[in-house]
Amino acid sequence: MNDAITQFQLNNGLSVLLKEMHTSPLISHWIWYRVGSRDEKPGVTGISHWTEHMLFKGTPSFPAGELDRAISRLGGLWNAMTYLDWTAYFEVLPADQSDLALQLEADRMRNAIINEKEVETERTVIISERQGNENDPLFLLQEEIQAAAFRVHPYHHVIIGDMADLYSIQCQDLLYHYQTYYTPNNAVLAIAGDFDTNEMAAKVMKYFEEIPPGAAPPRLVRPEPEQPGERRVMVEGPEETTYLQIAYHTPSANDPNFYPLSVLDSLLTGPSSLNLFSGGISNKTSRLYRALVERELAVGVSGGLSATIDPYLYTITVTVPPGKKAEQSLPVIDEEIARLQESPPQMEELTRAVKQARALFAYGSESISNQAFWLGFSEMFAHYEWFESYLNRLAEVTPQDIQRVAQTYLRPQNRVVGEYRSTVNQKG
Amino acid sequence: MHQNSLNVSKTIPHFAGSQTGLPGPHDVVRKTLPNGVVVLARANFNSPSVVISGYLSAGAISDPDDKLGLADFTASALMRGTERREFQAIYDALESSGASLGFSAGVHSTRFGGKALVEDLDLLLDILKDCLEHPRFPPDQVERVRALLLANLAIRAQDTAAMASLAFDQIMYPDHPYSRPEDGFMETVERIDREDLIRFHQDFYGPRGMVIVIVGGIEPEKAIEKVERYFEDWINPSQNTPDGLPELKVLAEPTQKTIKIPGKSQADIVMGFIGPKRKDPGYIAAALANNILGQFGMYGRIGKVIREREGLAYYAYSNLQAGIGPGAWTIEAGVDPKNIDKVIELSINELHKFTEEPVQETELEDSKSNFIGRLPLSLESNSGVASALLNLEWYDLGLNYYLNYYEMIRSVTIEELHEITKQYMRFDQMGIALAGP
Repeated sequence: MNDAITQFQLNNGLSVLLKEMHTSPLISHWIWYRVGSRDEKPGVTGISHWTEHMLFKGTPSFPAGELDRAISRLGGLWNAMTYLDWTAYFEVLPADQSDLALQLEADRMRNAIINEKEVETERTVIISERQGNENDPLFLLQEEIQAAAFRVHPYHHVIIGDMADLYSIQCQDLLYHYQTYYTPNNAVLAIAGDFDTNEMAAKVMKYFEEIPPGAAPPRLVRPEPEQPGERRVMVEGPEETTYLQIAYHTPSANDPNFYPLSVLDSLLTGPSSLNLFSGGISNKTSRLYRALVERELAVGVSGGLSATIDPYLYTITVTVPPGKKAEQSLPVIDEEIARLQESPPQMEELTRAVKQARALFAYGSESISNQAFWLGFSEMFAHYEWFESYLNRLAEVTPQDIQRVAQTYLRPQNRVVGEYRSTVNQKG
Repeated sequence: MHQNSLNVSKTIPHFAGSQTGLPGPHDVVRKTLPNGVVVLARANFNSPSVVISGYLSAGAISDPDDKLGLADFTASALMRGTERREFQAIYDALESSGASLGFSAGVHSTRFGGKALVEDLDLLLDILKDCLEHPRFPPDQVERVRALLLANLAIRAQDTAAMASLAFDQIMYPDHPYSRPEDGFMETVERIDREDLIRFHQDFYGPRGMVIVIVGGIEPEKAIEKVERYFEDWINPSQNTPDGLPELKVLAEPTQKTIKIPGKSQADIVMGFIGPKRKDPGYIAAALANNILGQFGMYGRIGKVIREREGLAYYAYSNLQAGIGPGAWTIEAGVDPKNIDKVIELSINELHKFTEEPVQETELEDSKSNFIGRLPLSLESNSGVASALLNLEWYDLGLNYYLNYYEMIRSVTIEELHEITKQYMRFDQMGIALAGP
């Protein structure tokens, strides 16, 4: 039994993290590539996500159907996700089948089939995926808010990409993207589960060390200038429900202010979880729930602070029921923020936020996949110690820190206010 | 590089419960309290937390037609204030501990679920007891819950997948409780008043038929003692037994229904048949058949044709919802509105192939292996184990169920699959529901 994390790097630059844990007869195997929508220029937006789809098309050695079949026969799971900063692929398998995951990820790091025919079939699948997203008013609003918040930085566009680019991206664009970013020196391998660390390390070497390193991938460096004043966006549509979304520019996950902002989010909208594979808890005692829902201006409120490489957004989302207006909620939110800016919160509120974070952490740690996810995820913008020290860093946050970050970041000049407004209600 | 041949295991994995961590009589403790409450508990000392989950026999089946949504409204209002605690006090206690608790109503039952750190299990049980036995339904809170339910219904009305599914149930279950959405309609939810909630609670909430499961970092015996302490004194002499299901009227001809939702980019299709009940002897064969049809790997045969070959949808799969009564056996897909006809045609072709020719031996072996292999993954977390135990109780499957699972799956034959497929896939009684722009 070895609950510690073992980290090493192969000669080709692949970074490896292993966490041996014997709670279930399973392994969760993740490979993370340092590429996401932040690396995309106009014209090829959505290409990171599309490339992720292409990696399920198989390789010359392992045709797509065969891999899918092999994993499904074992009752395993495999999937992938593309984010602003990264693309990650995972397999959850019975512990004695870890070779399959290692073998297939080592293979598709270099040998994925990306040809004209497969690209064209996948084009319509991805367009269909985007159409499904467009059915959701919050997707439409989020897209406009990101575009307004980031005039310069590539966080400007949503991960799935602009429809125009989904029609125009070509096979050679995908090949270039794949060959440029899918290299061992641009990847992190994170495995948690029921294995012996030494044996697993030997297997990792066996499958991955012969893959040659690639050139250091290019990075788009286009820092977002400070926003000179509040921006507003409006989306109209047939939904009867109105949504208000307020997005404040916030620092990178690596910034010391990220921790007080996490606690601030907890106070305002309830605790957020860093778990990918288990849910959170309710937020009915949070400041904004009490201010908005208990005054019957809204039926729900939530907050989201994302851990990202570059400064991104802290977003407050309010669901406004038919008959109420978004402009009634905004001054109430402003009042609550002003309260925090004017006087620091009580220490008890902070202690409570830390206990909530501890509980959520405990729920998440049951899952081997959460454990493996955390290892790789934190490596994308910091180091796995970021995650290990997360709870302690939250506990160090003081009431004055909360007041300070509220003053620094939650200013009108630093935000985009977006509204999804019903065309139905306007007519009525 | 190591790219010889892929090690697809050729044999189905074998297991015995005590070695692989499958729940069974060796590690699950079950007790029936004198008032009828059934308690099941299983320890997981790798976890510093506990999950509770359970149900009561109170469901939407007892909703009057003009007050559809009553069971759901009642469940949603339980935590809005009790004789001992105000709404904010309930949530303050839970959220301060990082704990959670929630209730929801289905057709046949009202379910509850919660989790907490082990040290807070008493708190969770105390609040559960309070909300189940002594809700006050404060008038102002009832109105707040109503606003939330109405907002959710407004969102549902614009959700193409939810509306297609609702339309499908309306086609397939004429004059049957399964045609009615548990969350009701705007006009029926508006009609429900506080007295209705109080009466529904009085009539249907009680210990008879209640099951509670506790899984996590606590000895099963201790967990059961705690449940006893909180629930052994609950009595409700006026507790009613919900009605049974009426006979299902089958469709006289294939039927299609379309719901227009303007302004949407994607349409949803739900099409298919009435399937078996969970307790029907053919259920396991139907579940394996469904896996081959539209689940195995990337959505089975349906996914292969509609997504992989034709690129017509991001999701297209089959679904078998066997429950207490006959569930639906469907194909569901989200598609570009201009491709609706093509996807329906391709799906019907696949269904015809499926009923006309038996599946391949390898297909059945693959799905059997998948069913057996995925069990440990579904039982990894406390909540996974809790829902598995709850299922055992709900369908009266017996504590040995998971230990016998391997044999049960292994014994299903190609012929049984073919028979069950032909039995339920009745093209003369097929329903097709569409919702989109």
